Amino acid sequence: MELYNYMGYELIEKVINREITIQDVIQTSFDRIETTDNLIHSFVKLSKDKALKKAKEYDIKIQKGQKVGRLYGLPFANKDLICLKGFPTTCCSKILRQYRPPYNAFVIERLVEQEGAIHIGNTNMDEFAMGSSTESSCYGPTYNPWDLSRVPGGSSGGSATAIASGQAIFAIGSDTGGSIRCPASFCGVVGLKPTYGRVSRYGLVAFANSLDQIGPITKCVYDSALMLEIISGKDPLDSTSVDIKVDKYTEEIKNPIEKKVLGVPKEFFDEGIDNEVKSSVKKSIEKLESLGTTIVEVTIPHLEYTIATYYLLCMCEASSNLARFDGLRYGNMSEDPSGDVFEVFSRTRGEYFGPEVRRRIFLGTYALSAGYYDKFYIKALKVRSLIKNDFIEAFKKCDSIVCPTMPSTAFKAGALIDDPLQMYIIDILTCSVNLAGIPALTIPCGFDSNNLPIGFQIIGDYFDEKGILNIGYQLEQELKVYRKITPVVSGGK
Amino acid sequence: MSSQNNDVIIGLEVHIQLTNLKTKLFCSCSTKYRGAEPNTFVCPICIGLPGSLPVVNKKVVEFATRLALALDCKINHKFWFFRKNYHYPDLPKGFQITQYNKAGGKAFADGGKITIRVNNHKKEVVLNRIHIEEDPARLVHKGSIATSPFTLVDYNRSGVCLIEIVSEPVIDTPEEAREFLKQLKSIVQYTDISDLDLQGSVRVDANISIKGNERSEVKNINSFKEVERALSYEIIRQRNALKRGKILIQETRHWDDKRKITISLRSKEFEADYRYFPEQDLVPLEIDNIFIQKVKEKLPEMPNERALRLRREYMLSEFDSENLVLDKEIADFYENGANSDPSFGYKEYKQYCNWLMNNISGWLNENNTTIKNIKITPKHIVDLIKNIRNGKITTKIAKTYIDEMMKGTSLSQIIKKKGKKRIYDEKIIEKLCRAVIEENPNVVKDFHKNLKALEALIGRVMAKTKGQADPKITRKIILELLGKS
Repeated sequence: MELYNYMGYELIEKVINREITIQDVIQTSFDRIETTDNLIHSFVKLSKDKALKKAKEYDIKIQKGQKVGRLYGLPFANKDLICLKGFPTTCCSKILRQYRPPYNAFVIERLVEQEGAIHIGNTNMDEFAMGSSTESSCYGPTYNPWDLSRVPGGSSGGSATAIASGQAIFAIGSDTGGSIRCPASFCGVVGLKPTYGRVSRYGLVAFANSLDQIGPITKCVYDSALMLEIISGKDPLDSTSVDIKVDKYTEEIKNPIEKKVLGVPKEFFDEGIDNEVKSSVKKSIEKLESLGTTIVEVTIPHLEYTIATYYLLCMCEASSNLARFDGLRYGNMSEDPSGDVFEVFSRTRGEYFGPEVRRRIFLGTYALSAGYYDKFYIKALKVRSLIKNDFIEAFKKCDSIVCPTMPSTAFKAGALIDDPLQMYIIDILTCSVNLAGIPALTIPCGFDSNNLPIGFQIIGDYFDEKGILNIGYQLEQELKVYRKITPVVSGGK
Repeated sequence: MSSQNNDVIIGLEVHIQLTNLKTKLFCSCSTKYRGAEPNTFVCPICIGLPGSLPVVNKKVVEFATRLALALDCKINHKFWFFRKNYHYPDLPKGFQITQYNKAGGKAFADGGKITIRVNNHKKEVVLNRIHIEEDPARLVHKGSIATSPFTLVDYNRSGVCLIEIVSEPVIDTPEEAREFLKQLKSIVQYTDISDLDLQGSVRVDANISIKGNERSEVKNINSFKEVERALSYEIIRQRNALKRGKILIQETRHWDDKRKITISLRSKEFEADYRYFPEQDLVPLEIDNIFIQKVKEKLPEMPNERALRLRREYMLSEFDSENLVLDKEIADFYENGANSDPSFGYKEYKQYCNWLMNNISGWLNENNTTIKNIKITPKHIVDLIKNIRNGKITTKIAKTYIDEMMKGTSLSQIIKKKGKKRIYDEKIIEKLCRAVIEENPNVVKDFHKNLKALEALIGRVMAKTKGQADPKITRKIILELLGKS
């Protein structure tokens, strides 16, 4: 078996047992990228020389019996909006092309500096994480390794395809309305959006700061649990990060689940959901029942308002968060310097922001304007708290909620890019989780008739990552779908 | 109050940098940036690099509470921030993190008042609120903003904590505005939150209108001293415009402190819509009554209470005591000195006050410095008063010692060095008086017609002794010699 077929924890064992070297693993990654990335386009920038050098350094350390951190030099792919000191971090936007942050994000400090993951490159994404297909990147689209004519989902598309195709072992994504779970679902990998506040956002370039959360994308639940253990916890530099005990996820996931009560929200199985997705998810729910869990029906009555509420709030926040990109201090400034400073700012922003980013800034600015603030922003906040309450009520009846991650499997590239509303609607099953601030995990549970992966979503109560990882792990062990996910680039049509 | 000013309405927004805070409002950069190389007191947070997040400097809560208590404001128990969105080169994030008292937000504290005195009338200037916000960067121009060929940006100031004090529009004249700021400066000094003598530590925006007309907002008044001037200019400008039959529009104007005029920046229709909304990168802080009580207990006596006490304890006039307490350093100096000698009574207290307020303060103003920067000690004035009291030096001579005292030289040393001891020896004085009478027959003639000429003769004796002859003895001897005793 090729090295790229292994799970992260298996490779760690092999490195510890000196069956393989870290250099073997890193070289395998770059070989894999070499042969597949011209088709998939997971990466926007590689860090090959530095990675190979680091691998050599770590191998020497291991030979000497020195510690290299819990991630043992395994290849790590970083989403292009998480600051990595000295490495271009561009949010896949022309406005930040060439931008190199002078500091590391909190999660980079933990994963790379502390626990010894080796950064191999930054992955493609929708510009400023605004999108669900990884088609709005200034570097061009990413394609789904299961069918190259299809999108990988988004916005963390490159991170998901890097994992699915065996280019990397660990990847980081960010999830504002589903940006980890959507591509993980479409690419048949595991993706986790933690509770808001579980992982520090320091160094994550904000899209919608009350919704954004960083999380892992991996091949299996164990690897996600391992990453979450590392990146969780209070960071004094992020006031919204929460000082709550970080569980030993890698151990807790192996607990039996037979006493658990799982809620099935009927609204998540409405007519908008693809039948093949529904039946695959239902089969998995039956599987969970056979493992001894109790299945109950729950309801999220305000689900129908989530798209409107989510998009309103994220656009308002984005219009403010992206105001700093004017080309004055960093990033690109328009080559035409004529006019006063406001004209240059406007020209710079007009030239270098893509159409989807501009649309969201316009709409967000409009909704926050005098006279509209109460009608839109304040109202959306009210609905947000209703949705939050729906979940709080539901969790009185169950431990976790199980449902599909996406209403369909991966769609054709270009199919929705000119139809923003249709593109927004596919977030229907993911973005309510961000509005409530609760954690959710997606794992692959099967394939549709086109052999495209289907994602199974497990939504947890606040800070109950332990619970959803536990259910995810036990279901994964039953389904063994992840063993079927070989990183083969299937022939596109 | 002159009647022609009764139709003027002025409201002030005073921005005060908390220079006594060690670090900026949302990051750990030092606030001691004055005189530093531009853009060296910065970090990813205060220049708003992508991905950076603010964290509130908790010390700010205590500082703001001190000021709020001193100004008699009502402190709001929930402390949180809003974003004020607008584009400007001095604003690295494209929004300013500030507080907002609408859209569900609250200022740090509401209400409050400052008592001022103008033309011997006391008046309470009511405050609307005080709130906390971050300072933008500093823009540097060559000469006037209107003609500078470039704008330079220095982010060293970016993110320093400001407190904005907003008055109600109840100020009637530029003089009242000046007095308001004088009292505010004094209170800020007593609360120990800022040194407003530091360059650029205070900025004032003023709303001015003539009753029945639109108002203009004058921005960029960068020192207390300029406020009266800018207001006077703007009132005359508005009056002249009305006289010429023009209609005033609501606009924002810029005080050009190089040319000493206000220039129009933008009219209301081009006013930015700031799209205030909550800053969700920060979590609201609770300010409870226990905390407020603790801060209150540590607060020193405020200037108005102190003035009352000084009147009582030292029998000073209302005028003297109010002036004395304005500058805390001066008032501390006074009390240290006045209390240090048990022989001092009301007469000496008054003398001490006069020395301090007239001679010493005058010297400080002329030399553009403050009492903490020079070496004179309270004991200097005590010694001075005692030496005058026991006749060792004259008041006139004492005044010539001030320069030396400011350097810290002790009075006994000065007296030794300058040798200006008083001459009491009647024989010496008599000799001198005889000489003067001989030399000035005309004055003596006058003296016999009019006793007032006596002063001229005494003056001549003094001139001969460089002021050292005891004036009482001199007077007595001349009168004796001329047969008028």
